[in-house]
Amino acid sequence: MEFTLWDILRNLLLAARWTIVLSLAGFLFGGIAGGGLLVLRLARRKPLRVVARLYIELFQGTPLLMQLFLVFFGLPLIGIDVQPWLAAGLGLTLAASAYLAEIWRGCVDAVPRGQWEASASLAFGYLQQMRFVVIPQALRLAIAPTIGFSVQIIKGTALTSIIGFMEVSKVGTVIDNATFRPFTVYAMVAAIYFILCWPLSRLAKYLESQFHAAHSH
Amino acid sequence: MGAGLDFGWLSEAGYVLAHGVATTILLIAVTTLLGGALSVVAAAARRGTVAWLRGLVAGYVELIRNTPFIVQLFFIFFGLPGIGLRLDAIPAAILAMTINLSAYGTEIVRSGLDAVTAGQREAGLALGLRARTVFLRIVLPQAVRAVYPALTSQIVITMLESAVVSQIAVRDLTYEADLIQSRTFRAFETYAVVTVIYLALSLLLRRVLVAGGRRVLGQGAG
Repeated sequence: MEFTLWDILRNLLLAARWTIVLSLAGFLFGGIAGGGLLVLRLARRKPLRVVARLYIELFQGTPLLMQLFLVFFGLPLIGIDVQPWLAAGLGLTLAASAYLAEIWRGCVDAVPRGQWEASASLAFGYLQQMRFVVIPQALRLAIAPTIGFSVQIIKGTALTSIIGFMEVSKVGTVIDNATFRPFTVYAMVAAIYFILCWPLSRLAKYLESQFHAAHSH
Repeated sequence: MGAGLDFGWLSEAGYVLAHGVATTILLIAVTTLLGGALSVVAAAARRGTVAWLRGLVAGYVELIRNTPFIVQLFFIFFGLPGIGLRLDAIPAAILAMTINLSAYGTEIVRSGLDAVTAGQREAGLALGLRARTVFLRIVLPQAVRAVYPALTSQIVITMLESAVVSQIAVRDLTYEADLIQSRTFRAFETYAVVTVIYLALSLLLRRVLVAGGRRVLGQGAG
Protein backbone atom coordinates (compact mmCIF):
# COMPACT_ATOMS: atom_id res chain seq x y z
CA MET A 1 0.00 0.00 0.00
CA GLU A 2 1.31 3.39 -1.00
CA PHE A 3 1.09 6.31 1.43
CA THR A 4 0.54 9.67 -0.17
CA LEU A 5 1.52 12.88 1.59
CA TRP A 6 -2.14 13.44 2.32
CA ASP A 7 -2.41 9.98 3.92
CA ILE A 8 0.49 10.79 6.21
CA LEU A 9 -0.88 14.19 7.15
CA ARG A 10 -4.41 12.87 7.65
CA ASN A 11 -3.27 10.18 10.07
CA LEU A 12 -1.09 12.63 11.96
CA LEU A 13 -3.97 15.08 12.27
CA LEU A 14 -6.23 12.33 13.57
CA ALA A 15 -3.61 11.51 16.18
CA ALA A 16 -3.24 15.19 17.03
CA ARG A 17 -6.75 14.97 18.49
CA TRP A 18 -5.32 12.81 21.26
CA THR A 19 -2.47 15.22 21.82
CA ILE A 20 -5.06 17.96 22.29
CA VAL A 21 -7.31 15.87 24.55
CA LEU A 22 -4.37 14.82 26.71
CA SER A 23 -3.07 18.41 26.90
CA LEU A 24 -6.48 19.70 27.96
CA ALA A 25 -6.84 16.95 30.57
CA GLY A 26 -3.34 17.58 31.93
CA PHE A 27 -3.99 21.30 32.05
CA LEU A 28 -7.42 21.00 33.66
CA PHE A 29 -6.64 18.33 36.26
CA GLY A 30 -3.16 19.70 36.79
CA GLY A 31 -4.73 23.08 37.44
CA ILE A 32 -7.15 21.67 39.99
CA ALA A 33 -4.44 19.69 41.78
CA GLY A 34 -2.11 22.68 41.47
CA GLY A 35 -4.70 24.85 43.19
CA GLY A 36 -4.86 22.39 46.07
CA LEU A 37 -1.10 22.32 46.23
CA LEU A 38 -1.01 26.12 46.27
CA VAL A 39 -3.29 26.12 49.31
CA LEU A 40 -0.86 23.80 51.08
CA ARG A 41 2.12 25.87 49.91
CA LEU A 42 0.59 29.01 51.43
CA ALA A 43 -0.75 27.32 54.56
CA ARG A 44 0.09 28.73 57.97
CA ARG A 45 1.22 25.41 59.34
CA LYS A 46 4.81 24.71 58.47
CA PRO A 47 4.52 20.92 57.89
CA LEU A 48 1.93 21.52 55.17
CA ARG A 49 4.16 24.07 53.48
CA VAL A 50 7.13 21.71 53.65
CA VAL A 51 5.19 18.82 52.12
CA ALA A 52 4.05 21.02 49.24
CA ARG A 53 7.55 22.37 48.70
CA LEU A 54 9.10 18.90 48.63
CA TYR A 55 6.47 17.70 46.16
CA ILE A 56 7.18 20.66 43.89
CA GLU A 57 10.95 20.25 44.12
CA LEU A 58 10.70 16.54 43.44
CA PHE A 59 8.72 17.07 40.25
CA GLN A 60 10.78 20.04 39.08
CA GLY A 61 14.06 18.25 39.80
CA THR A 62 13.41 14.99 37.95
CA PRO A 63 12.72 14.18 34.28
CA LEU A 64 9.09 14.04 33.16
CA LEU A 65 9.96 10.78 31.45
CA MET A 66 10.87 9.19 34.81
CA GLN A 67 7.65 10.48 36.34
CA LEU A 68 5.67 8.85 33.55
CA PHE A 69 7.58 5.58 33.99
CA LEU A 70 6.97 5.59 37.74
CA VAL A 71 3.24 6.05 37.25
CA PHE A 72 3.13 3.51 34.43
CA PHE A 73 5.02 0.81 36.36
CA GLY A 74 3.91 1.89 39.84
CA LEU A 75 0.14 1.69 39.47
CA PRO A 76 0.14 -2.04 38.71
CA LEU A 77 2.04 -2.57 41.99
CA ILE A 78 -0.95 -1.26 43.90
CA GLY A 79 -3.29 -3.41 41.84
CA ILE A 80 -4.47 -0.92 39.22
CA ASP A 81 -4.52 -2.25 35.68
CA VAL A 82 -2.90 0.60 33.85
CA GLN A 83 -3.63 1.69 30.30
CA PRO A 84 -1.23 4.08 28.56
CA TRP A 85 -3.86 6.84 28.47
CA LEU A 86 -4.37 6.61 32.22
CA ALA A 87 -0.66 6.67 33.03
CA ALA A 88 -0.15 9.52 30.55
CA GLY A 89 -2.99 11.58 31.99
CA LEU A 90 -2.05 10.97 35.60
CA GLY A 91 1.67 11.55 35.02
CA LEU A 92 1.06 14.85 33.24
CA THR A 93 -1.46 15.94 35.87
CA LEU A 94 1.00 15.33 38.71
CA ALA A 95 3.81 17.15 36.90
CA ALA A 96 1.63 20.06 35.76
CA SER A 97 0.25 20.55 39.27
CA ALA A 98 3.76 21.04 40.67
CA TYR A 99 4.71 23.62 38.05
CA LEU A 100 1.40 25.48 38.17
CA ALA A 101 1.43 25.65 41.98
CA GLU A 102 4.91 27.16 41.84
CA ILE A 103 3.95 29.66 39.12
CA TRP A 104 0.89 30.72 41.08
CA ARG A 105 2.81 30.98 44.34
CA GLY A 106 5.12 33.42 42.58
CA CYS A 107 2.06 35.46 41.59
CA VAL A 108 0.75 35.50 45.18
CA ASP A 109 4.20 36.57 46.39
CA ALA A 110 4.20 39.35 43.82
CA VAL A 111 1.18 40.99 45.44
CA PRO A 112 2.76 43.84 47.44
CA ARG A 113 3.18 43.40 51.19
CA GLY A 114 1.20 46.57 51.79
CA GLN A 115 -1.94 44.87 50.46
CA TRP A 116 -1.68 42.27 53.21
CA GLU A 117 -0.98 44.87 55.85
CA ALA A 118 -3.75 47.19 54.73
CA SER A 119 -6.32 44.41 54.72
CA ALA A 120 -5.07 43.16 58.10
CA SER A 121 -5.50 46.65 59.51
CA LEU A 122 -9.09 46.53 58.24
CA ALA A 123 -9.53 43.44 60.45
CA PHE A 124 -9.71 40.97 57.55
CA GLY A 125 -9.01 37.37 58.56
CA TYR A 126 -6.53 35.26 56.57
CA LEU A 127 -9.21 33.71 54.38
CA GLN A 128 -10.83 37.08 53.76
CA GLN A 129 -7.47 38.60 52.85
CA MET A 130 -6.95 35.80 50.38
CA ARG A 131 -10.45 35.86 48.96
CA PHE A 132 -11.00 39.60 48.59
CA VAL A 133 -7.55 41.17 48.34
CA VAL A 134 -4.71 38.85 47.36
CA ILE A 135 -6.23 36.24 45.04
CA PRO A 136 -7.99 38.76 42.74
CA GLN A 137 -4.71 40.58 42.19
CA ALA A 138 -2.66 37.40 41.89
CA LEU A 139 -5.10 35.99 39.31
CA ARG A 140 -4.41 38.87 36.95
CA LEU A 141 -0.68 38.33 37.33
CA ALA A 142 -1.12 34.60 36.75
CA ILE A 143 -2.88 34.65 33.39
CA ALA A 144 0.14 35.18 31.13
CA PRO A 145 2.52 32.65 32.77
CA THR A 146 -0.27 30.08 33.05
CA ILE A 147 -0.97 30.29 29.32
CA GLY A 148 2.78 30.14 28.74
CA PHE A 149 2.96 26.95 30.76
CA SER A 150 0.23 25.33 28.67
CA VAL A 151 2.83 25.23 25.88
CA GLN A 152 5.04 23.12 28.16
CA ILE A 153 2.14 20.72 28.74
CA ILE A 154 1.50 20.28 25.02
CA LYS A 155 5.20 19.58 24.44
CA GLY A 156 5.21 17.26 27.47
CA THR A 157 2.51 15.08 25.91
CA ALA A 158 5.09 14.03 23.29
CA LEU A 159 6.86 11.99 25.98
CA THR A 160 3.76 9.87 26.57
CA SER A 161 4.52 8.24 23.20
CA ILE A 162 7.31 6.38 25.01
CA ILE A 163 4.83 4.62 27.32
CA GLY A 164 2.72 3.77 24.30
CA PHE A 165 0.06 6.45 24.23
CA MET A 166 -1.03 6.93 20.62
CA GLU A 167 -0.64 10.69 20.24
CA VAL A 168 0.92 12.50 17.33
CA SER A 169 4.59 11.63 18.05
CA LYS A 170 3.85 7.94 18.47
CA VAL A 171 1.76 7.80 15.31
CA GLY A 172 4.59 9.67 13.56
CA THR A 173 7.00 6.88 14.54
CA VAL A 174 4.55 4.23 13.36
CA ILE A 175 4.03 5.97 10.01
CA ASP A 176 7.78 6.43 9.62
CA ASN A 177 8.26 2.69 10.12
CA ALA A 178 5.64 2.00 7.46
CA THR A 179 6.69 4.59 4.87
CA PHE A 180 10.46 5.07 5.45
CA ARG A 181 10.03 8.79 4.95
CA PRO A 182 11.35 10.06 8.30
CA PHE A 183 12.29 13.53 7.06
CA THR A 184 8.78 14.30 5.85
CA VAL A 185 7.02 12.60 8.74
CA TYR A 186 8.96 14.25 11.56
CA ALA A 187 8.84 17.62 9.83
CA MET A 188 5.06 17.30 9.71
CA VAL A 189 4.91 16.20 13.35
CA ALA A 190 7.00 19.22 14.34
CA ALA A 191 4.75 21.47 12.27
CA ILE A 192 1.66 20.19 14.07
CA TYR A 193 3.16 20.92 17.48
CA PHE A 194 4.25 24.33 16.26
CA ILE A 195 0.74 25.16 15.07
CA LEU A 196 -0.64 24.13 18.46
CA CYS A 197 1.98 25.88 20.59
CA TRP A 198 2.93 29.04 18.74
CA PRO A 199 -0.40 30.90 19.11
CA LEU A 200 -0.36 30.18 22.84
CA SER A 201 3.22 31.44 23.14
CA ARG A 202 2.29 34.61 21.28
CA LEU A 203 -0.80 35.11 23.42
CA ALA A 204 1.21 34.69 26.62
CA LYS A 205 3.79 37.20 25.39
CA TYR A 206 1.10 39.66 24.31
CA LEU A 207 -0.71 39.47 27.67
CA GLU A 208 2.57 39.92 29.49
CA SER A 209 3.42 43.04 27.49
CA GLN A 210 -0.10 44.41 28.05
CA PHE A 211 0.27 43.87 31.75
CA HIS A 212 3.64 45.58 31.88
CA ALA A 213 2.32 48.49 29.83
CA ALA A 214 -0.53 48.89 32.30
CA HIS A 215 1.89 49.06 35.23
CA SER A 216 4.77 51.02 33.78
CA HIS A 217 3.60 54.44 34.92
CA MET B 1 0.09 -7.16 47.35
CA GLY B 2 2.31 -10.21 47.63
CA ALA B 3 5.41 -9.24 45.73
CA GLY B 4 6.57 -6.13 47.57
CA LEU B 5 9.52 -4.08 46.52
CA ASP B 6 12.90 -5.63 45.78
CA PHE B 7 16.13 -3.67 45.61
CA GLY B 8 18.45 -6.70 45.62
CA TRP B 9 19.45 -6.04 42.01
CA LEU B 10 21.10 -2.78 43.05
CA SER B 11 24.34 -4.41 44.24
CA GLU B 12 25.11 -5.62 40.73
CA ALA B 13 23.78 -2.55 38.94
CA GLY B 14 26.17 -0.02 40.46
CA TYR B 15 28.71 -0.07 37.66
CA VAL B 16 26.11 0.13 34.93
CA LEU B 17 24.33 3.04 36.61
CA ALA B 18 27.64 4.83 37.12
CA HIS B 19 28.33 4.47 33.41
CA GLY B 20 24.93 5.95 32.63
CA VAL B 21 25.53 8.84 35.02
CA ALA B 22 28.90 9.54 33.37
CA THR B 23 27.27 9.66 29.93
CA THR B 24 24.52 12.00 31.13
CA ILE B 25 27.12 14.29 32.73
CA LEU B 26 29.23 14.25 29.56
CA LEU B 27 26.20 15.18 27.44
CA ILE B 28 25.19 18.12 29.61
CA ALA B 29 28.78 19.34 30.03
CA VAL B 30 29.40 19.49 26.28
CA THR B 31 25.94 20.94 25.66
CA THR B 32 26.46 23.66 28.26
CA LEU B 33 29.70 24.84 26.62
CA LEU B 34 28.42 24.68 23.04
CA GLY B 35 24.97 25.96 23.94
CA GLY B 36 26.35 28.82 26.01
CA ALA B 37 28.56 29.98 23.14
CA LEU B 38 25.77 29.63 20.56
CA SER B 39 23.35 31.52 22.82
CA VAL B 40 25.72 34.49 23.03
CA VAL B 41 26.36 34.54 19.27
CA ALA B 42 22.67 34.21 18.44
CA ALA B 43 21.65 36.83 21.01
CA ALA B 44 24.19 39.25 19.56
CA ALA B 45 22.86 38.53 16.06
CA ARG B 46 19.29 39.00 17.28
CA ARG B 47 20.16 42.53 18.39
CA GLY B 48 22.53 43.20 15.50
CA THR B 49 22.20 45.35 12.41
CA VAL B 50 21.77 42.60 9.81
CA ALA B 51 18.03 42.27 9.21
CA TRP B 52 17.95 38.80 7.67
CA LEU B 53 20.13 37.46 10.49
CA ARG B 54 17.77 38.93 13.08
CA GLY B 55 14.86 37.25 11.33
CA LEU B 56 16.70 33.95 11.09
CA VAL B 57 17.49 33.88 14.81
CA ALA B 58 13.94 34.92 15.72
CA GLY B 59 12.55 32.09 13.57
CA TYR B 60 14.95 29.58 15.08
CA VAL B 61 14.01 30.56 18.63
CA GLU B 62 10.27 30.36 17.95
CA LEU B 63 10.53 27.06 16.07
CA ILE B 64 12.52 25.30 18.79
CA ARG B 65 10.61 26.70 21.74
CA ASN B 66 7.28 25.63 20.27
CA THR B 67 8.12 22.02 19.41
CA PRO B 68 8.95 19.12 21.77
CA PHE B 69 12.57 18.15 22.34
CA ILE B 70 11.88 14.51 21.45
CA VAL B 71 10.56 15.54 18.02
CA GLN B 72 13.65 17.69 17.44
CA LEU B 73 15.82 14.74 18.44
CA PHE B 74 13.98 12.31 16.15
CA PHE B 75 14.09 14.79 13.30
CA ILE B 76 17.86 15.09 13.63
CA PHE B 77 18.56 11.40 14.19
CA PHE B 78 15.93 9.75 11.96
CA GLY B 79 14.90 12.57 9.63
CA LEU B 80 18.19 14.11 8.52
CA PRO B 81 19.58 10.83 7.09
CA GLY B 82 16.63 11.06 4.68
CA ILE B 83 18.43 13.99 3.04
CA GLY B 84 21.86 12.37 3.33
CA LEU B 85 22.98 13.75 6.71
CA ARG B 86 23.73 10.82 8.97
CA LEU B 87 24.88 11.35 12.55
CA ASP B 88 25.84 8.84 15.23
CA ALA B 89 23.64 8.73 18.30
CA ILE B 90 25.86 10.74 20.65
CA PRO B 91 26.63 13.58 18.21
CA ALA B 92 22.94 13.67 17.29
CA ALA B 93 22.00 13.90 20.97
CA ILE B 94 24.52 16.67 21.62
CA LEU B 95 23.37 18.56 18.52
CA ALA B 96 19.71 18.30 19.53
CA MET B 97 20.43 19.32 23.13
CA THR B 98 22.60 22.24 22.02
CA ILE B 99 20.02 23.51 19.55
CA ASN B 100 17.33 23.20 22.21
CA LEU B 101 19.28 24.86 25.03
CA SER B 102 20.46 27.68 22.75
CA ALA B 103 16.94 28.63 21.70
CA TYR B 104 16.07 29.35 25.32
CA GLY B 105 19.57 30.65 26.06
CA THR B 106 19.36 33.15 23.21
CA GLU B 107 16.27 34.75 24.69
CA ILE B 108 17.78 34.77 28.17
CA VAL B 109 21.08 36.33 27.05
CA ARG B 110 19.20 38.81 24.88
CA SER B 111 17.19 40.07 27.84
CA GLY B 112 20.47 40.35 29.74
CA LEU B 113 22.00 42.43 26.95
CA ASP B 114 18.89 44.63 26.96
CA ALA B 115 19.40 45.22 30.67
CA VAL B 116 22.90 46.68 30.26
CA THR B 117 22.54 50.45 29.91
CA ALA B 118 23.68 52.05 26.64
CA GLY B 119 26.08 54.28 28.58
CA GLN B 120 28.32 51.30 29.29
CA ARG B 121 28.84 50.70 25.59
CA GLU B 122 29.19 54.37 24.77
CA ALA B 123 31.74 54.88 27.53
CA GLY B 124 33.78 51.95 26.23
CA LEU B 125 33.72 53.27 22.68
CA ALA B 126 34.57 56.78 23.90
CA LEU B 127 37.69 55.34 25.51
CA GLY B 128 38.79 54.17 22.09
CA LEU B 129 38.13 50.46 22.63
CA ARG B 130 37.12 48.43 19.61
CA ALA B 131 33.45 47.47 19.31
CA ARG B 132 34.28 43.78 19.75
CA THR B 133 36.29 44.46 22.92
CA VAL B 134 33.48 46.59 24.32
CA PHE B 135 30.99 43.78 23.70
CA LEU B 136 33.13 40.94 25.04
CA ARG B 137 34.78 42.72 27.97
CA ILE B 138 32.20 45.25 29.13
CA VAL B 139 28.66 44.52 27.96
CA LEU B 140 28.58 40.71 27.85
CA PRO B 141 29.90 40.02 31.38
CA GLN B 142 27.33 42.36 32.89
CA ALA B 143 24.57 40.86 30.77
CA VAL B 144 25.44 37.28 31.70
CA ARG B 145 25.74 38.18 35.38
CA ALA B 146 22.25 39.67 35.30
CA VAL B 147 20.61 36.58 33.81
CA TYR B 148 22.88 33.88 35.22
CA PRO B 149 20.23 32.31 37.50
CA ALA B 150 17.87 31.89 34.53
CA LEU B 151 20.66 30.32 32.47
CA THR B 152 21.42 27.92 35.32
CA SER B 153 17.78 26.82 35.51
CA GLN B 154 17.64 26.28 31.77
CA ILE B 155 20.76 24.12 31.82
CA VAL B 156 19.24 21.97 34.59
CA ILE B 157 16.03 21.64 32.55
CA THR B 158 18.08 20.54 29.53
CA MET B 159 19.84 17.92 31.65
CA LEU B 160 16.47 16.54 32.78
CA GLU B 161 15.14 16.58 29.21
CA SER B 162 18.19 14.62 28.10
CA ALA B 163 16.57 11.48 29.55
CA VAL B 164 14.86 11.28 26.16
CA VAL B 165 18.10 10.60 24.26
CA SER B 166 17.84 7.02 25.56
CA GLN B 167 15.23 6.65 22.79
CA ILE B 168 17.93 6.89 20.11
CA ALA B 169 20.07 4.36 22.03
CA VAL B 170 22.50 6.81 23.64
CA ARG B 171 23.63 4.89 26.72
CA ASP B 172 22.71 7.56 29.24
CA LEU B 173 21.26 7.01 32.70
CA THR B 174 17.74 6.31 31.41
CA TYR B 175 19.00 3.87 28.78
CA GLU B 176 20.87 1.88 31.43
CA ALA B 177 17.74 1.88 33.58
CA ASP B 178 15.75 0.50 30.64
CA LEU B 179 18.28 -2.32 30.28
CA ILE B 180 18.33 -3.12 34.00
CA GLN B 181 14.56 -3.29 34.30
CA SER B 182 14.30 -5.51 31.23
CA ARG B 183 16.64 -8.00 32.93
CA THR B 184 15.36 -7.77 36.51
CA PHE B 185 11.65 -7.16 35.78
CA ARG B 186 11.84 -4.64 38.61
CA ALA B 187 10.76 -1.65 36.56
CA PHE B 188 9.29 0.48 39.34
CA GLU B 189 12.23 0.04 41.70
CA THR B 190 14.72 0.70 38.91
CA TYR B 191 13.08 3.92 37.79
CA ALA B 192 12.59 5.01 41.40
CA VAL B 193 16.32 4.68 42.05
CA VAL B 194 17.17 6.43 38.79
CA THR B 195 14.70 9.23 39.54
CA VAL B 196 16.50 9.84 42.83
CA ILE B 197 19.82 9.89 40.96
CA TYR B 198 18.42 12.49 38.54
CA LEU B 199 17.24 14.57 41.49
CA ALA B 200 20.74 14.42 43.02
CA LEU B 201 22.27 15.29 39.64
CA SER B 202 20.04 18.32 39.22
CA LEU B 203 20.91 19.60 42.72
CA LEU B 204 24.60 18.93 42.09
CA LEU B 205 24.56 20.55 38.64
CA ARG B 206 22.93 23.67 40.06
CA ARG B 207 25.61 23.92 42.77
CA VAL B 208 28.43 23.44 40.30
CA LEU B 209 27.00 26.09 37.99
CA VAL B 210 26.49 28.57 40.83
CA ALA B 211 30.04 27.99 42.11
CA GLY B 212 31.45 28.22 38.58
CA GLY B 213 29.47 31.40 37.94
CA ARG B 214 30.84 33.01 41.11
CA ARG B 215 34.35 32.18 39.99
CA VAL B 216 34.06 33.49 36.47
CA LEU B 217 31.61 36.35 36.95
CA GLY B 218 32.50 37.40 40.48
CA GLN B 219 30.31 37.54 43.55
CA GLY B 220 26.66 38.21 43.07
CA ALA B 221 26.20 35.80 40.15
CA GLY B 222 23.94 32.84 40.72
